[in-house]
Amino acid sequence: MRNVIAVYVENKYGVLARVSGLIMRRGFNIDSLTVGETDDPEFSRITITLNGDDYAREQIINQLMKLHNVRNVRLLESGASVERELMMVKMRNTPDSRSEIMAAAEVYRAKIVDYTTDAMCIEVTGEPSKINAFIEVMKPLGIIEICRTGVVALERGSSIMER
Amino acid sequence: MAESKRMTGAQIVIETLIEQGVSDVFGYPGGQVLYIYDELYKASDRIRHILTAHEQGAAHAADGYSRVTGKVGVVIATSGPGATNLVTGIATAMLDSIPMVAITGNVPTSLIGRDSFQEINITGVTLPITKHNYFVSDVNELADTIREAFTIAKSGRPGPVLIDIPKDVQTAECDYTYGHETEAYQQKIADESYIDRAAEIINNAERPYIYIGGGAAGAGMTEDIVALAEKTDAFIGCTFMGLSALPNSYRRFLGMQGMHGRYESSMANKEADVIIGVGVRFSDRATGNTAKYSKHAKIIQLDTDLSEINKNVRVDVGIIGDIVSSFKRILNKCEERKHPEWNRIVDSFILESERISAAAEAKAGDAMTPRKIFDIINEIKDKDTIIATDVGQHQMWTAQYADFERTRRFASSGGLGTMGYGLGAAIGAQIASGDRVVLITGDGSFGMNLNELATAVTYNTPVVIVVMNNGVLGMVRQWQTLFYGKRYSNTVLDRKTDFVKLAEAFGAKAGRATATEEFRKEFYAAMHHDGPYLIDTVIDMDEFVLPMLPPGGSIDDMITVKEQEGM
Repeated sequence: MRNVIAVYVENKYGVLARVSGLIMRRGFNIDSLTVGETDDPEFSRITITLNGDDYAREQIINQLMKLHNVRNVRLLESGASVERELMMVKMRNTPDSRSEIMAAAEVYRAKIVDYTTDAMCIEVTGEPSKINAFIEVMKPLGIIEICRTGVVALERGSSIMER
Repeated sequence: MAESKRMTGAQIVIETLIEQGVSDVFGYPGGQVLYIYDELYKASDRIRHILTAHEQGAAHAADGYSRVTGKVGVVIATSGPGATNLVTGIATAMLDSIPMVAITGNVPTSLIGRDSFQEINITGVTLPITKHNYFVSDVNELADTIREAFTIAKSGRPGPVLIDIPKDVQTAECDYTYGHETEAYQQKIADESYIDRAAEIINNAERPYIYIGGGAAGAGMTEDIVALAEKTDAFIGCTFMGLSALPNSYRRFLGMQGMHGRYESSMANKEADVIIGVGVRFSDRATGNTAKYSKHAKIIQLDTDLSEINKNVRVDVGIIGDIVSSFKRILNKCEERKHPEWNRIVDSFILESERISAAAEAKAGDAMTPRKIFDIINEIKDKDTIIATDVGQHQMWTAQYADFERTRRFASSGGLGTMGYGLGAAIGAQIASGDRVVLITGDGSFGMNLNELATAVTYNTPVVIVVMNNGVLGMVRQWQTLFYGKRYSNTVLDRKTDFVKLAEAFGAKAGRATATEEFRKEFYAAMHHDGPYLIDTVIDMDEFVLPMLPPGGSIDDMITVKEQEGM
């Protein structure tokens, strides 16, 4: 089962290593992990997605809560939160594929952010399923390289996570 | 306004340690802690430093110091190899939840990350084996960092904290404001509804079993545990870490359960319909196969660490928060009960246990068995005597046979199972308490860190070292006998070490015992000697630790007797 977990941490020495190291040594695999400063520069927010059953989810949350620099941990329910991911994909730019790539990009509301005679770079944002679908469309058209940010997520509505 | 004074980082380290109530530190000097050692020299009338033979010994000593006092043990080491030598000691403390602060020096910040001489990223190395650790890059943060380290080490579920201080931070100056010993963080108080549910389950129990672990052992809960047992007509068992929490003479206390637990305690655990776990983590060594562990019992678990609830065993009620207050509240809500049938069942387990033991002793005849050795130890030691052990068969015999009469009289590596732990810990425990320590060890374990004999001699610590010498790595050999077709791969120690001469070479007293009465004489002499005394205690290599639950097995698979000849 896929789980999205938000973690508020103090912006301190080694905190990312503490969080990722804990998940690793408890034997769980991270699908993606994103981290960035919050509106308060003393805190960062980490979003972790990982596969695991109820036991794994409960253990990860409880173990994370024990880390000294972790201020709060919350499981984000998929229906009750908004998830987004950003991907950049570099495509071979050939006369044969060019128009198809650009048409697909438009349907997926992707942006062409770099363009040379032999390559173009496309930026696309959305839920992970949309990103995956876009990759499938691009595959036969000549992908050179892909870079994904991993998921960021916020709960819907006005609820906030205590720090 | 609190008094403040301009100081160097090294001075701040010492002042903050003193402020935190530290009177003794263990350690070993080196290039990157020279400034700290210079300040220790100047402050030697206010704080004592105990120099060990090896940093590992210092870490185990700080751990032993903490186990018998409940105070935070402190160890200091230099960068690089000094720091890495602490690793096993820190991990031992982590697995047994022992409060410890380890201070390491490091190369100056300008040399960090350049693979400088004796540079190691010790915060990275110790990340998984500390509760928390710090790299201090600014002298202005040093005092508060040390204070916070002490708070973390002793709060909630205790554990080790490491502080790495580069050399230039030790020489940099700032204003130090005098402070006071910091308090542990307030623990969560469990919700009343959980207490009610627990009390209801206990009130409806017919075969209640109180199961105590390391979390309860030093928490001052003895009276309450006894009170609950009396009120609800329950019996009590413990984990390895729960030893010394209750006097063994107490009728309802059945001793350790689990892989090498006492027959009556493991059987009572299995037959119980309600298990009240207090500061236990249901480790694999205690439960055997968790799929079969007490399947039909209702389990109540009290722990300060929320991640322990449902980690190894699914429980019916998990009570998170301060276990002392939770337990008291449960005690108050429980009603008086009598369970004559349960008493009858447990009595039959005790009888069976005695029968098994008597049969084994009868078979052994006059041979000096572990049982006989402990009978003598129990007879001669007093209630304040501390017992420390290493790891292996001798450790399990200690768990089964040693009598404890009060709390915090036991130092042994439970979770990590660290061979070589004992001598350092024994020295630390002796220095902490001033009481005599009996170290039970084996020739294998003792060989790992016997260099600390030098420390025991230098500080003239009355540590009685009983080396249960069978010439083999007994516990591993026992497994080889049972599960590896008697292929004794590398467990026969064909060494010619003369432990008596060895101890004498270090400057300690020593004697040898090959028969029961010799042991009595030697042990009596050792217990009346002012200083370290080693007894080379020669036992048979085919002695087994029994009962035993085979790995992955349950209590139903318990091995209680050596069924076949030569096994």
